[in-house]
Amino acid sequence: MSFDVPDTLNYRESHEWIDPETGRIGISDFAQDELGDIVFVEVPDVGEAIEAGEDFGVVESIKAVSDVYAPVSGEVTAVNERVFDEPELVNDDPYGDGWLLEVELADEGELDDLLSGSEYASQIE
Amino acid sequence: MALRTPPLHDRHEALDASFTDFGGWEMPVEFDSIRAEHEAVRTAAGIFDVSHMGEITVSGPDAERLTQRLTTNDVTALGPGDAQYSMITDERGVILDDTVVYRMPETAPSADAPGSDATFLFVPNAGHDAQMHERWTSHAEQWGLTADVVNVTDDYGMVAVQGPDATAMVAEATDADVLDLGRFEATYGTIAGASTWIARTGYTGEGGFELIFPADDAEAVWDAFDCQACGLGARDTLRMEMGFLLSGQDFDPTDQPRTPYEARVGFTVKLDTEFVGRDALEQQAEEGVDEKFVGFTLNERGVPRHGYELANEDGESIGVVTSGTMSPTLGEPIGLGYVETAYAEDGERIRVVVRGDTKQATITTPPFLEGY
Repeated sequence: MSFDVPDTLNYRESHEWIDPETGRIGISDFAQDELGDIVFVEVPDVGEAIEAGEDFGVVESIKAVSDVYAPVSGEVTAVNERVFDEPELVNDDPYGDGWLLEVELADEGELDDLLSGSEYASQIE
Repeated sequence: MALRTPPLHDRHEALDASFTDFGGWEMPVEFDSIRAEHEAVRTAAGIFDVSHMGEITVSGPDAERLTQRLTTNDVTALGPGDAQYSMITDERGVILDDTVVYRMPETAPSADAPGSDATFLFVPNAGHDAQMHERWTSHAEQWGLTADVVNVTDDYGMVAVQGPDATAMVAEATDADVLDLGRFEATYGTIAGASTWIARTGYTGEGGFELIFPADDAEAVWDAFDCQACGLGARDTLRMEMGFLLSGQDFDPTDQPRTPYEARVGFTVKLDTEFVGRDALEQQAEEGVDEKFVGFTLNERGVPRHGYELANEDGESIGVVTSGTMSPTLGEPIGLGYVETAYAEDGERIRVVVRGDTKQATITTPPFLEGY
C-alpha cells in the first residue's frame, strides 16, 4: 500500500506533518491509516504554547488512543474546530480538511530537525 | 513464543487484514474499517473468523457429572443440540472464564463431524483451552470420575455469520433445516462439503450462527459466504453495544476478579446444582454485592477506555471502566465497568476521569441499542 506524502511538508518520525509556510500541523496519511476510524481529537486552545518533541494532544480511533507530538515549538494561532465534530476528516483528508492546528513558530531552525517528504516516505515504506 | 494461527490465516492475508495478538493467536483486527464492518453486521451480514476460541469435548460415563460440577449453569437441562451460556468459577465464585456448552446429539453424521462421539462440546475463550482441558482432567481425577476430555481446538475452525441477512445466508448454504432452530439451539449440517456444527448463537446481538467445522475445510466454509469480512475490532464494538462481557477485560481472575452476580450474569448460576464456587455464590446471593457491572454513556466529548476511573458527582472514586468505545451505531461514547451498587441504577449520574479531566456520564443499562 502506498501513502500520500506531499513534498511541500516536513515530517516528524512520529508521523506528524507541518507546513513550513503556514505553520499548519496534522498527522500523515500513513498515521491515519494505521489508526483506523478516528473518533475523537483533542488539541490545545488558541494562545497556548506547544514545544517541539512534546505531546500536545491526542487522536483517538475506535481501537486506540494516540498522543500527537509537536514538530516545532510555538504558540497556537488557530485550531481546526471542524475535526471536533467530524473527526473522520482526519481519515478522509489528513493534509487538507483534517488538519489539527496552526502555530507561529518560535524558532524556524527547528524545521531543519524534521524529515523531508522523501525521507519520511522512505521511513514508512 | 510463536503466535498460534487460525486455519483461515491465508485468507486474512489475501484480504490485507491488519492483525493483533489475541490470547496468543494472530487474528485479524480489521479488514476494511471497523466502522464499515460494524455497520455491515447491523444492517446486512458479516463473517468473523473466531477460530481462536477453544473447543473441548467431554465424553464417557461421567461427562455430565463432571461438566455439571465445573460450570455454574445446569447442564442436565440441556437436550441434544441445546446450547447454554455458563460460567466457570473457582472456590471463591470468581469467574475464571465464560463459555457456551453444547450437548451433542447421540449420533453424528460422520466421524469427522465436530464433537462426534462426545457428550458435550464447550467453547472456552481464546488462549484458555489448555487451562480448561487441565481443569476438567485434573478434577475428573480428583473426584474419581470417568470422563474423556480432549482439547480439539486445533482440529476445528470456527466462524460466526451475523446480521439481519445472516440467517437466510446460512439457510441457503446448508442442507440442514436451520430456520427452525431457536436461539441457543444447534444441529449438524453440511456447508461447502464440510461437516459443520451449526449453532444459533453469537456475540453481536444480531441474528445469525456460529459454525464449527474441521480445520481443513475452513477456507471452503469461509468462501461459501459472500458478505463483509469482519475482524476483532468490529466484534468488540458490536459486543460492547450489547453489554456483553469480554473475558480478560470485563472479568479476569487476576486483574479483575468478579463473580457472576457482580458481572450481572447471575442468570447463569443455578444454586440448586453442585459446582465449584456454589457455596460462595450462595452467600453472595443472600448478602448482595458491593459492586455491579453497568453500562454508561458519556455526556461530553471523549472516549472511555479500559482502566479509567469512575467517580461520583463529588469526585469520589466509585469504580472503574473495563471497556469503552465510540459506538459506531449511536455515534456516542459508551462504556462498561463496575460501580458501587448504590450508583448502579439506570439514569444515575456519574463521572468518568478521562486523562485527568472529569466528564459527565449517565448509567445506561445495556443493551445500548433499542430493540434488542
